[in-house]
Amino acid sequence: MSLTLLEGNEIIAWAAYEAGCRFFAGYPITPATTIYNTMLRLLPPEGGIVLQGEDEIASLGYCLGASMAGWKAMTATSGPGISLYSENISFAIGSEIPVVIVDVQRLGPSTGAATKGADGDVQFMRWGNSGGLPVIVLAPADIADCFPITMHAFNLAEQYRCPVFIASNKEIGLTSESVNFAALERVPVVNRRLAPKGEPFVPFRPAPDSDVPNFLPFGEETLVRQTSSTHGENGYITNDPAAITAVNERLQRKLTANVDLFSFCREEQVTGAQTLIVTYGVTSRAARLACRELNLKGRKVSLLVLKTLFPVPENTIRRAAAGMKKVVVVEMNQGQYAFEVDRILKDCKVEFTGGMNGKLISPSQIMEAVID
Amino acid sequence: MTSLLNRSRPPVFCPGCGHEIVVRALDKAFQNMGLEGNEICLVSDIGCSGLFDTFFNTHAFHGLHGRVLTYATGIKLCRPELHVVATMGDGGLGIGGAHLLSACRRNVNLTLLVLNNFNFGMTGGQCSATTPSQAEVASGFLNRLDRPLELHPIAAAAGVPYIATVSGYQKDLDKVVEEAINFDGFAIVEILGICPGRYTKRNKLTPVTIEADLNRKGLNNGPVAANARAEYGKAYRELADQQERAKPPKAVKTVLTPPATGRQDVIILGSAGQRVITAGELLGIAAMSAGLHVTQKNDYDITVLRGPSIAELILAPGEIDYPEISRPSVILALAAEGVARRQNAFASADERTLVVQASNVEIPETKAKVQVVDFKALELKAQDWAVAALAVLAKMKTVIDTTMLETALSHRFKGKVLEGVKAVVDTAMTHDA
Repeated sequence: MSLTLLEGNEIIAWAAYEAGCRFFAGYPITPATTIYNTMLRLLPPEGGIVLQGEDEIASLGYCLGASMAGWKAMTATSGPGISLYSENISFAIGSEIPVVIVDVQRLGPSTGAATKGADGDVQFMRWGNSGGLPVIVLAPADIADCFPITMHAFNLAEQYRCPVFIASNKEIGLTSESVNFAALERVPVVNRRLAPKGEPFVPFRPAPDSDVPNFLPFGEETLVRQTSSTHGENGYITNDPAAITAVNERLQRKLTANVDLFSFCREEQVTGAQTLIVTYGVTSRAARLACRELNLKGRKVSLLVLKTLFPVPENTIRRAAAGMKKVVVVEMNQGQYAFEVDRILKDCKVEFTGGMNGKLISPSQIMEAVID
Repeated sequence: MTSLLNRSRPPVFCPGCGHEIVVRALDKAFQNMGLEGNEICLVSDIGCSGLFDTFFNTHAFHGLHGRVLTYATGIKLCRPELHVVATMGDGGLGIGGAHLLSACRRNVNLTLLVLNNFNFGMTGGQCSATTPSQAEVASGFLNRLDRPLELHPIAAAAGVPYIATVSGYQKDLDKVVEEAINFDGFAIVEILGICPGRYTKRNKLTPVTIEADLNRKGLNNGPVAANARAEYGKAYRELADQQERAKPPKAVKTVLTPPATGRQDVIILGSAGQRVITAGELLGIAAMSAGLHVTQKNDYDITVLRGPSIAELILAPGEIDYPEISRPSVILALAAEGVARRQNAFASADERTLVVQASNVEIPETKAKVQVVDFKALELKAQDWAVAALAVLAKMKTVIDTTMLETALSHRFKGKVLEGVKAVVDTAMTHDA
């Protein structure tokens, strides 16, 4: 066995590189900065570009320009930076620009505590855009998990032409862990589908078999139009309610109707269990330990670790909760995702345990919530 | 050459708007240069200047207010062969000020047209960053309190290598724009114009007064000699090519056996400058050389060079679930700052815990076994105490042994640094445990 001590942040950078990312722009912020540091070591010698933006708005702006030039782009920040990204996130959603955004969450609200962890931004990532259209949010459960999750994030951004968030946490990003780097899970790389040559290019017309338009980059023979304004298929401003409805419903549908295809999770189903723990991110580590101890004590408990948070993988959650009497949602905030689970599950009691004070949720807190 | 104007989408500006003249001058400049539409990317943002991209048959990108230079920079760096022309108004100039200054400092080969008509036309004629203090605008008395921003000297001070401030009504406008596009670097053309829909309803501004004002200012248009330098994209590629390729993370081979079985939780409590984090890393590498799984979390203040520095490691034969220490196996107490930050570690220690205590550091009452080490008597500097404490552990065959530590040192360091660290370890080994 060969082991290396790596931070979650470093693994995200390496996975981005392997996924084909060659453009990174970011503004330094604890606890996300080591992603930028690592990208700066990785990309420039390989013909890639890393920029240190004058602020977060610029950083995402650079990425959107690069993405429309046909490059895979990523930025990384924490909660305060997501606030500044917001307007460009809306742009990337509405104008279908692939981009990966890493949020190494820290304790909020506001500037909060730079070196303390939390999962307080999960609904912010989902809803921090004007128009409220969906985004994809993936959450790695531990340091090694950062590799496949980052590769999936790029693949989904390319496939669905949308911003994809990686909901990391200081407790993953800045924790070093022994990993077998060469054996980390890799997934096949997906690239955005290019419009076929010889046919007229309509920039926002979905491909015949899809809800996603084919892509062409700036700078090649065919002229490409991109706009943040409300547009029809041709990329020009439109006031036609039918055309606007068609685009906005498609933007919703292209993600929500396909979430079953990318509902990443880890399930530990225990026969006879009537309680299910639902969690995500670093809290899944404590939950796994709590489950094991409870099951050893004879209290049967199943575990669902969600790695796709948004769109909400409703079928996955319903399937895992089938026959359960009680579902405990555990998260490092004051009950943001518990709200989603409660919304979906009508036939059982949904309870929340967690908190947001810079400390990890402990296995004992989880066990108490299960036994209560 | 043929016009690149989009015949199906003619300009829709208010009658008499200065912007329309600029559209035609820009088209003429493209024609003068013999450019095809797919050799150009027009980038615009919000305001009346934001309509520009729709009037041309070129690549086109329309984005958020004031952010035009950020998109244009991303596009140009990835597609250096494209002529990237950005447009903004005096509104974009104000809200995007930070981006403008950065673009001036950076010098990417972009052309920026600033269509300055001295107010926010689209939202009803409010004051912008360039509205004269005496003007009558829709912002009440507010513009009387602000000084208007002069782009030309600000951009020059920020490092722009080319800037021209001109009247939209001068005959050679297309030539000015052409020269700016041909310039190999960031080039700004500020074009002063009239907003008949809003501004000139209450303020006197004519081509004649614009020209007189420009003559009075006597600005130097064209290249700024003091700011002449290599274009950013070319310079970037040159420097990037000189960077060493990153090597894949270096792995430690599992060849040894740890002295202890079971999970070991180690806390190193020191202060800034004691190389606590590096010592933690060494301990982790040593553990991995014996096949152990490792997590390491560090804690230090945001300001460096003072305050506590703490590393917390879990070393375990199997996968580590909950990466938090509840009962420490070992505490290395090397500085008062670290001890003060983790008082509770001593309370949760029991008789199975080993504390290695630097003799000058006080520790709270604890049930743990305490090994006092006088690092000063060994003539070790405080910066080496964390590594020295690992040597003490190795000598005691607690958590690690000397072979594991030596393996870690050789993995992490080389040359003179390795020799220096080895000397520290050798000195610490002379301590009588």
